[in-house]
Amino acid sequence: MSIAETTRPRRLPAFVAKREVERFALLLAWLVLFLTFGALLPDTFLTWRTVSSMLGSQAVLVVLALAILVPLTSGDFDLSAASTLVFAAMFLAVSDVTWGWGIGWSVAAALTIGALIGAVNAFFVLYFRIHSLIVTLGLGTFLNGMTLWISDSRTIAGVSMQLVELVVIKRLLGVPLAFYYGLAVAIVMWWALEYTIAGRKLLFVGRGREVARLNGVSVNRVRGASFVLSGLLAALAGVLYAGMTGSADPTSGLSLLLPAFAAAFLGATAIYPGRFNPIGTLVGVYFLITGITGLTMLGADAFVQSLFYGGALIVAVSLSQLVRRRQPQNFG
Amino acid sequence: MAADPQPGVLRMADIRMTFGTVEVLKGVSVNLRRAEILGLLGQNGSGKSTLIKVLAGFNSPDPGSKVTLWGETLPLPLDPRRIRAMGVAFVHQHLALIPSLSVADNMLVGDDRPRRTGIRWRRECAWMRELFDEFGLEIEPTALVETLSPVERAYTAILRAVAELRRSEAGRAGEGILVLDEPTPFLSAEDVEKLFALLRRIRRTGASVIIVTHDIDEVLEITDRVAIMRDGQMDAVLTTAETTRQDILNTIVGSVIAPFRRAPAAPRHEVAARIEGVSGGRLAQFDAELRRGEVVGVTGLIGSGFAEIPYLLFGAMAGRGRLTLEDAQDVAHDVVTLTPAAAIGAGIGLIPGDRAHQSCVGGLSVEENATFLGLRRLRGRFGLRRNRMAEAAQSLIAEYDVRPARAQVPLATLSGGNQQKVVMGKWLAEDPRLLLLDEPTQGVDYGARQQIFAALDRAAGQGTAILCASTDYEQLAQICDRVFVFHRGRSVACLSGPALTRENIARACFHDGAAIPAHPQREAAS
Repeated sequence: MSIAETTRPRRLPAFVAKREVERFALLLAWLVLFLTFGALLPDTFLTWRTVSSMLGSQAVLVVLALAILVPLTSGDFDLSAASTLVFAAMFLAVSDVTWGWGIGWSVAAALTIGALIGAVNAFFVLYFRIHSLIVTLGLGTFLNGMTLWISDSRTIAGVSMQLVELVVIKRLLGVPLAFYYGLAVAIVMWWALEYTIAGRKLLFVGRGREVARLNGVSVNRVRGASFVLSGLLAALAGVLYAGMTGSADPTSGLSLLLPAFAAAFLGATAIYPGRFNPIGTLVGVYFLITGITGLTMLGADAFVQSLFYGGALIVAVSLSQLVRRRQPQNFG
Repeated sequence: MAADPQPGVLRMADIRMTFGTVEVLKGVSVNLRRAEILGLLGQNGSGKSTLIKVLAGFNSPDPGSKVTLWGETLPLPLDPRRIRAMGVAFVHQHLALIPSLSVADNMLVGDDRPRRTGIRWRRECAWMRELFDEFGLEIEPTALVETLSPVERAYTAILRAVAELRRSEAGRAGEGILVLDEPTPFLSAEDVEKLFALLRRIRRTGASVIIVTHDIDEVLEITDRVAIMRDGQMDAVLTTAETTRQDILNTIVGSVIAPFRRAPAAPRHEVAARIEGVSGGRLAQFDAELRRGEVVGVTGLIGSGFAEIPYLLFGAMAGRGRLTLEDAQDVAHDVVTLTPAAAIGAGIGLIPGDRAHQSCVGGLSVEENATFLGLRRLRGRFGLRRNRMAEAAQSLIAEYDVRPARAQVPLATLSGGNQQKVVMGKWLAEDPRLLLLDEPTQGVDYGARQQIFAALDRAAGQGTAILCASTDYEQLAQICDRVFVFHRGRSVACLSGPALTRENIARACFHDGAAIPAHPQREAAS
């Protein structure tokens, strides 16, 4: 033991330097990507229109990625998040358009339903001690059915313009308000994770349930709360989704699940490497959309989106594993 | 014992083994004869398990060591597959059975003989029944292991090893070596008897058995010879029939004197905690009164129930009984409903034995681990105050001499001793009224150990009552005012004052009547 200690001080500066590089590698990669496309397509890519549309259009994905980030931090997977998003959007549309509840009540109901869905996930995971992957996969599929049921498998259009205005039409500094909602959620979550006791507890529960328990943390309560929060945020993403287009369709939102996980895992390689974190996730989302927008403008087909989401996830996570000398991954 | 008249099946000669700078085996020689049961005895840390791991091929001994099996000198380190193929089978303490699978599934793990038509279960089960039958056992191969009784599980693991022996080169001639690593702690006395009957049958087939154990009575009953290790050396190899319990005991304990003893603290009379009828796990019953500033040890052989006490009193495992912390409020806690959070609220601290899984998160930084319990004190108007967290971590590092003195490195990069200092500092900062410890110096080097003892001593000086579960008798003698010794779930002795020595604790653990004071409870209360 004494031998290891004497060599450590010499190695430490290198260790710190490497960590700093790792922290900002994704941000740097994003910048490089942005400048490359900017140089290739100065007339189309490097316009404020493109940039502001990239920023605004990804708010839904940002909020969804932040939603799954909560249970990921506490060591659970929420695969029902995209289905919750679609169901909440559809419920909002149906209750506002078909049942005429008024937009305020519809939004409140959609958010409540999201929290309830989280509570159901938590109940099955914690009471029956089933793995969260299975419970959330099942509940997600169930919700997909519910969505098709309440909408008669149709797209419901005509959601109140009030909502649409508050989401995309109104702009601040030329960027739709939706972007700021996503940003606000990310900042609040960053603060909560880093500067509150609840955030510390969430982290310890995810990294060592037994450690957390023996340090007096009520592990089940923390895990339960993380599912409820995840459902609530996924429903919020659903509200934004409905507000983006003024309508809700029963399937298209489901394809957001993989990008959300890609962004969360990508984000876990940045800012606080090895740890799921909101700011990293934000960078992850915009890194991905920059690549996709650029490639699409260069004339690539629609399939490039999947290639990029899938490929970027694997490449980025592999690179970060190389930096840490292929230690087993310990995100959860 | 220089010239053994009978030729051995296995001869290990001059085995040396060092971990870093620590010499764990200092030239151990042992010879195993055909069809004998050899007991391997010694205290914790005497080198028994290391020797067995050398034989299993897990440890690579220093040059000069020699292992001869069936007359063939083998290259070192031993190849685990080769040694098994030559006819040495191992049964580890935890048996390595998968509870949710059937006996037959478990029996076939590691059996990779080619089967051209796939596994024909009916035929496999038939030979298993035959094997169980041969040893007079009634175990159904299709039963799930989790439905078996503890002793049946042990049988299954042992007969799996026997089957492995028979498949090996040596086994075809009816020979083989079966190595059992502490198979009895989790068995009742009756079951131990049955297990021994099985071992005698195995010996009758011509195989040899090495049994590693703590229990002298068992050794006297089952073995032909007994090899006793102490401090990395083979102290003596005795023929069981010609020896006595006392001889063995004296050889195990040796006459090493603890180098340092804590200055006896001024006795305090206020009771800090009253423990009444606590039970759970393997613990059947525990009653005690802990005074303020007192350090109380609980010990015994593995599986005797003492190790559960810290977790029971902290509400971390299911149990019964009452714990009363004596203060202004005099609150009684029911162990049934006690939770760790409530225990912490009441001023109880627990430092668990398994650092990596129970007391801290290696992937998080020293600062994050060190401040986790005290976060409430570090809150400002805008949430946690980062600068105060850093200060708190730095002052802990300075106070407990944690090296390297950097709060931001992951905790896992520290040595075991330094990690334990962080954990210790975290709990002592809470100023607990009752601090529970489980093996507080496991994997901690000598220097850090003294620092940890000093920290505990300071806490006791400030009035914290400390309860320490450990199998390190020297450590207990060094830091405790009183030590309860457990056997089969109950306290059988309480040592204190001048009687509290490493040697006496060891004697009491191996249940030697002479060391037990006549009225342990009364003496403790006086």
